[in-house]
Amino acid sequence: MAQRITIDPITRIEGHLRIDAEVDGGKVTKAWSSGQMWRGIETILQGRDPRDAWLFTQRICGVCTTVHALASVRAVENALNLEIPINAQYIRNIVMSIHALQDHIVHFYVLSALDWVDVVSALSADPKKTAALASSLSEWPGNSAKRFAAVQGKVKALVESGQLGPFANGYWGHPAMTLPPEANLMAVSHYLESLDYQRKATQALGIISGKNPHIQNLSVGGVTTALNPDSDSALNMERLYWIKQLIEDVRGFIQQVYLPDVVAVGALYKDWLPYGAGVTNYMAVPDMVLNKEATEFDLPGGTIMNGDLSTVKGITSFNDNYFRDNVVENIAHAWYKGDWSKHPYQEETVPNYTEFQDDGKYSWIKAPRFQGKPMQVGPLAQMLVGYAQGHKDIVKNVNSALNMVSTVAGVPVGPEVLHSTLGRHVARAVRASMLGDLAIKHWHLLVDNIGKGDLEIFNKPVFPKGEQQGYGIHEAPRGVLSHWVVIQDGKIKNYQCVVPSTWNAGPRDSEGVPGPYEASLVGNPVADAEKPLEVLRTIHSFDPCIACAVHMVDPNGQEMIKVKAL
Amino acid sequence: MSMEEKAGNIEQDSGLSRRGFIKGCTMVAAALGLSEAMIPKLVEAAESAERPTVIWLHFQECTGCTESLLRGSHPDISSLILDIISLDYHETIMVPSGHQAEKSLHDSVEKNAGKFILVVEGAIPTKDNGIYCQIAGRTAMDILAEIAPKAKAIIAIGTCAAYGGIQAADPNPTGAKGVQDLVSGVPIVNIPGCPPNPVTFLGTVLHFLTFKRLPNCDNLGRPLFAYGRRIHDHCERRAHFDEGRFAEQFGDFGHKNGYCLYKVGCKGPETFSNCPAARFNDVDVWPVSVGHGCVGCTEPAFWDTMTPFYERLPNVSIPGTGIIADADSAGLKILGVAAAAAGIHAAVGIGKSLIKGKDKDKA
Repeated sequence: MAQRITIDPITRIEGHLRIDAEVDGGKVTKAWSSGQMWRGIETILQGRDPRDAWLFTQRICGVCTTVHALASVRAVENALNLEIPINAQYIRNIVMSIHALQDHIVHFYVLSALDWVDVVSALSADPKKTAALASSLSEWPGNSAKRFAAVQGKVKALVESGQLGPFANGYWGHPAMTLPPEANLMAVSHYLESLDYQRKATQALGIISGKNPHIQNLSVGGVTTALNPDSDSALNMERLYWIKQLIEDVRGFIQQVYLPDVVAVGALYKDWLPYGAGVTNYMAVPDMVLNKEATEFDLPGGTIMNGDLSTVKGITSFNDNYFRDNVVENIAHAWYKGDWSKHPYQEETVPNYTEFQDDGKYSWIKAPRFQGKPMQVGPLAQMLVGYAQGHKDIVKNVNSALNMVSTVAGVPVGPEVLHSTLGRHVARAVRASMLGDLAIKHWHLLVDNIGKGDLEIFNKPVFPKGEQQGYGIHEAPRGVLSHWVVIQDGKIKNYQCVVPSTWNAGPRDSEGVPGPYEASLVGNPVADAEKPLEVLRTIHSFDPCIACAVHMVDPNGQEMIKVKAL
Repeated sequence: MSMEEKAGNIEQDSGLSRRGFIKGCTMVAAALGLSEAMIPKLVEAAESAERPTVIWLHFQECTGCTESLLRGSHPDISSLILDIISLDYHETIMVPSGHQAEKSLHDSVEKNAGKFILVVEGAIPTKDNGIYCQIAGRTAMDILAEIAPKAKAIIAIGTCAAYGGIQAADPNPTGAKGVQDLVSGVPIVNIPGCPPNPVTFLGTVLHFLTFKRLPNCDNLGRPLFAYGRRIHDHCERRAHFDEGRFAEQFGDFGHKNGYCLYKVGCKGPETFSNCPAARFNDVDVWPVSVGHGCVGCTEPAFWDTMTPFYERLPNVSIPGTGIIADADSAGLKILGVAAAAAGIHAAVGIGKSLIKGKDKDKA
């Protein structure tokens, strides 16, 4: 008999999210994704100084700190047709890449690994065998039996204290947890180690940005990170080499620990490879800018429709009409007044709460559409778009990861397995590995340019009378981010953010077409409706940036029982 | 037992290096202005057999305050949650979701009633019965009303939980408020900042665990050890201000050479915080050191009172024209803001329903 599950709150995400799913015969048949918080930041921005917008919008999210800041300054610069100095591009690229390294590490270990890794099972692992397993996957010097034994002791002490804290009521012993104890111990050890490496990334970001979360070194027109090799009050060579050292340490962890761990989880859970594809229209925007005009990039943008790589179409600059003209947001099922689809420049955000209606309005999240279609965004979208375009580094890195999965799994797998819950994890780890290399590349570009004597960081913005429109795009850790601003006489007239998690977590549209979270859950197995761990696996694979919750109902849409989500 | 012996024991007991932890306690002691003799007491408090329970609620927020804790090094996040506190509810970190998460919350509140520390991150929307933020089908207002009266003390982390923060900026579309506007009868300490420095939060927690009381605070509820000084008064660029040397524009000669950022919008003259002393991310930086003015993020309503961020603060005299006298009037202005905040606090009707919850609980 069908059951409805409501999971509220969904934890290990940013924000307030609720997921509802109908489960029949051990599989999800229908799902709803509902954002449970509205703050009105777009409303608050109206009438303010456009130069201040990035400081406001950055506070949309402290997990993906930096991303709304970058998109915002780009939107205002786009409206003013204002180029920024090349140093400013490089500094923004370094900010972007370092932040992504930290964000991807935290997502895998802190926010999603414990959907696959059984902490309690790690207690019965043999530390020596664990070391043998780990060294078969990577050369990481931290993979010693002594270290694994110490971590095991730490877990044991925690369990024996009876104060499990955030690990209480976890999914330990769930039938879907099938890793051997040694793999579990390895992953728990790397979980703890990841906390040190994500912190190193934030230190590198701090040196260049003054602090984080919430960096304070941008400005419309460039950056405010002063450059001067002859000053102790500016970014000099001592500071720059400190950044480089930290990035190299973090890159080592990503390439020798994070990526191999994701490969191992993907291979050891190969039964999971068919699940979680959902919407297979993908979109990414270009980023890691290589010139002042923002027309050349290290990471590619574009769209793919219906999972068919041959349909790939490029998005190639910060002024790309294909992107600009095809984005709308639909509010038929969102808690705003009306049921329109509008281009972001034309939108108005007027709340209209109705409680949760399965066939009506049920979320604070709008439903963005591209050419009328839902799009999946995120690292997987970017890796597939690059793969389809024959982007050299992406093809090389994706193939390398797939080969590793094939070796560990003992069966050959091709790029088709990427359309899945686990595919999103693999693509994210591959992207993190590439961004580790790109961060170093852009560090060199910056240092080389400083060496030429160019210390320019800022072009002063001037706001003319009359109305200007602009949009800013950024490929954030969770995917395509765009900010859209209308400026009137130097003040913000309208401001809209179309966010990655809006693309992915949005509700149905006027046509009743579900968003990516909702579609990806359909067909997802659920072994125990009392403990819908598998639902969390798929939702977490998107790296949600809205604190939500998940619940389930019967096929008639009536709420039957509220099932505890372990 | 000497510090070294104590440290050695801890290291053996846990199996993982605790050197960082001891170093952390030393640094916290320094931050709190304690003598070295107090360090063993701090270590002991942090190491007591039963770890004190912390319940962390997220409301209208961006998780930036939580993220700041991931950046903390003394103690680091794993020492904090494995050795020092029992973090029984924290939506970003905890394993269970949904009803299992609620079980964790309610089990812990019941078991530790009157003993736990409640940390609130994010503002509480009060307009339209609070429907703008709901968790497990309940509004943030309801959840706070239930949990807050049972706490031993409340730490409002971040400017949102302290004073409403960004969502309370004009026109405050959701009627967002800080914890102190809605709760009374339980000790509350505010740790504003957007986000605050983790050092300040952790120092407050360890102060509480060590002395069983909250640190002394200013009239905005902020601990004096972190908010007792005006940024302008301990900024490393102050000498440039006093000598009249200013950056006029980002990237100009003055900017490249560390001159004062007042003219490009720095709000240091009206902001109280330890940023220039504590600095961020363990890399000896804060926004001003890298070239951007302070935005005043530890002050109530800074999104309205400190904007536009790139325009200079009015009524700050440039040196040579009576800076001492002007500093005094700037101080009065800050006090005026505090008085207004207190007035808002007193006028909030909703506080009563929350207090009622507390009374019922007592009865």
